[in-house]
Amino acid sequence: MPTASATSHPSSTLSTSTAPVREKPLMPEPQIAAIAVEKAYRKGDHQVPVLHGVDISVHKGEFLSIVGQSGSGKSTLLHLLGLLDAPDVGEVQLDGQRIDDLSERTRDELRNRVFGFVFQFYHLLPELSLMENVLVPLMIRHSIWGYWQRRREYQDRAREMIDRVGLGHRLTHRPSELSGGEMQRAAIARSLVARPEILLADEPTGNLDQATGRGIIELMAKLNEQERLTIIMVTHDQLIAAEAHRTVKLREGRIEPA
Amino acid sequence: MYKLILCQRYLRTRYIALASVISVTLGVATMIVVNSVMAGFSGEMRERIKGVLADVVIETRSTDGEPDAESHKALVRELIGKYVAGVTATVEMYGMLSFEYGGQFIPHPVTLIGIDPESKSEVGPLVDYLQSYHAQPDGKEVTPAERPLDQKPGWELTASAIERRQRVAEITHQRAQMLRELKKQRHGEAGQHEPAPRGAADDPFAELDGAVQNVAMQDVAAIAQPQDGRVYIGAGLISFPHKDEQSGEMRTVFMVRPGNDVKITTATAGIPTGAYFDATVVDVFQSGMSEYDSNFVFCNLEHLQKVRKMIRTNEDGSESRAITSVQIRLKDYRDSDKVVELLRTEFTPDRYTVRTWEQKQGPLLAAVDVESSILNILLFLIIAVAGFGILAIFFMIVVEKTRDIGILKALGASSSGVMSIFLSYGLSLGMVGSGVGVVAGLLFVHYINQIEGIITIITGHKVFDERIYYFKEIPTHVDPFTVCWVALGAITIAVVASILPARRAARLQPVQALRHE
Repeated sequence: MPTASATSHPSSTLSTSTAPVREKPLMPEPQIAAIAVEKAYRKGDHQVPVLHGVDISVHKGEFLSIVGQSGSGKSTLLHLLGLLDAPDVGEVQLDGQRIDDLSERTRDELRNRVFGFVFQFYHLLPELSLMENVLVPLMIRHSIWGYWQRRREYQDRAREMIDRVGLGHRLTHRPSELSGGEMQRAAIARSLVARPEILLADEPTGNLDQATGRGIIELMAKLNEQERLTIIMVTHDQLIAAEAHRTVKLREGRIEPA
Repeated sequence: MYKLILCQRYLRTRYIALASVISVTLGVATMIVVNSVMAGFSGEMRERIKGVLADVVIETRSTDGEPDAESHKALVRELIGKYVAGVTATVEMYGMLSFEYGGQFIPHPVTLIGIDPESKSEVGPLVDYLQSYHAQPDGKEVTPAERPLDQKPGWELTASAIERRQRVAEITHQRAQMLRELKKQRHGEAGQHEPAPRGAADDPFAELDGAVQNVAMQDVAAIAQPQDGRVYIGAGLISFPHKDEQSGEMRTVFMVRPGNDVKITTATAGIPTGAYFDATVVDVFQSGMSEYDSNFVFCNLEHLQKVRKMIRTNEDGSESRAITSVQIRLKDYRDSDKVVELLRTEFTPDRYTVRTWEQKQGPLLAAVDVESSILNILLFLIIAVAGFGILAIFFMIVVEKTRDIGILKALGASSSGVMSIFLSYGLSLGMVGSGVGVVAGLLFVHYINQIEGIITIITGHKVFDERIYYFKEIPTHVDPFTVCWVALGAITIAVVASILPARRAARLQPVQALRHE
């Protein structure tokens, strides 16, 4: 077993893919880790447990995929890691520091600076053009005045990102004028423009046909390789998951041993 | 930055929200129009109510009055000299006016005011309201003004009045002579059949006969001589509107004209006993304020004092003439409260009342104010209702935008950032709504008379009948302060209405929002 799967918790039940396609980087300290996180959702009067104590850790530059059936809690895990939600029990650590109990403002800041999100349904803002959608994280980060002063620089950066995802010719188009693959590329450009450390992708190919989905995955793999960008991807597609360095399988809120 | 862009995009793409703002627009426009018209009306009304009243009036409690004009004026000048622009002394008394029309005497209760026209015109507008100074419309023709505006008001008759008087005198004289002839013949016959003449007391016509005898004995010039009593008479007392059956035109018919005589009955000072005198109408007084026009008869002060026995001869042979009120005009009306305070130190409440014209006409002015404030409250409720419309539509938009809010939060937008999107959205809607409302309202006010004309043409029903208020057109007064307040109020309501939905949006958890499909 590669050392990359070792976590600070010896008790962790971590499974890795038996068929890693790429060479995995070897790092001693995990960049982001979830430790014994539990999460339950309230549905009416009932508490519906989703995660039952999950441990997971990811190193810098690693490309991890989380697979599992619908309802296995894989999206919830991703949300916990990305601070979109808070665990009931357990903690989330970034570079060894607990981050899930930080103030709301700091968590907003971390979401903006550290994490980049890609969603199954792209989640672009329908009122904005592609260019503006990509610029949103930078607009959020900076004050009106700060943004206005450096808007040329940011626009250049956004244009560069859009070029990289191959949408340079559609800058002023609205999301409704783009195809699914194009929207997902735009979403990736948006998540990258803020220069995140970790890219969290929730079923990025879930809504796309196979060829387009493959294109998206290849783009992500390229980014992972070239930029040493940490990527955590949730998918239910084994084929797609196989692109990652390592795969974690979730079943009914628990990590399934390989 | 994203807040501004999103807010601007929502403004451009959400027409339903603009619809909610139409109610704000209408509310603001209506408030501005109503306020301007009310302000115009109340301004005009104040002007009318003020009319001939002086700024500050000192009145004696008793109608006997106090002697005399000069000492009162001197005391006023001594007390408040630096504030005073003009002072006049008057005698005010109730009376009854009777004049002959169509062979009958028509009585009217009146307020009889003895004035010195020259000093009276210094304390308030008098010349402005006297008909002989202004061209008078008479049916389709216009009678030109008979006196130049710079002529000081006095008790002289105009040329046309003298002429009319002359004509009347000739007719009266002729008639009297005919009557005398008739009487002579009758007396001659009666003397033959009935030698014992009846007692004068038994004959109801005896006195009249005497008067006729007198008239008949005089020559025309003596009859045409105007009476010692001279009056300016309120137009409402001696006129009535008459609709011409053929042309359908309304015109005012005057029963008495300058040069005619009227009879005035009043009470003397001291123990009240009846006093009456004949007076010649010098001018017709028309202020547009019907309370004054159908109540006031201005009379020459000296004659009224004489008739009311208000003149006392002092031991040294000089005369002291009592007056019942002193009217004061101030250089600056804002000093009125101070002036009233000062005057009250000498003109003590046991003998005098000292009031500003506003205090004198308090209830009437208060009524105008109350009307306007109640209307304002009602109209502001309309804007408040518009606020609830905004509230509902904003909630709808927040629900519709839940996913986008989740995205923004996932990308790191803070709760306050999300809230400010919707607050600035509300603010922009409020500003757009009230901005358009202000412009629409001001345009409406500016063209209100044209609009009234168009509505009249369309409906065939006169919206604003000038006969009711005697205003030629709808008076308006735009108060910039009110406009600002209305606009600010509407914007505030729009923002306040967006607070609840904005808070709801801000409190959304990113995951909840993203799950919302």
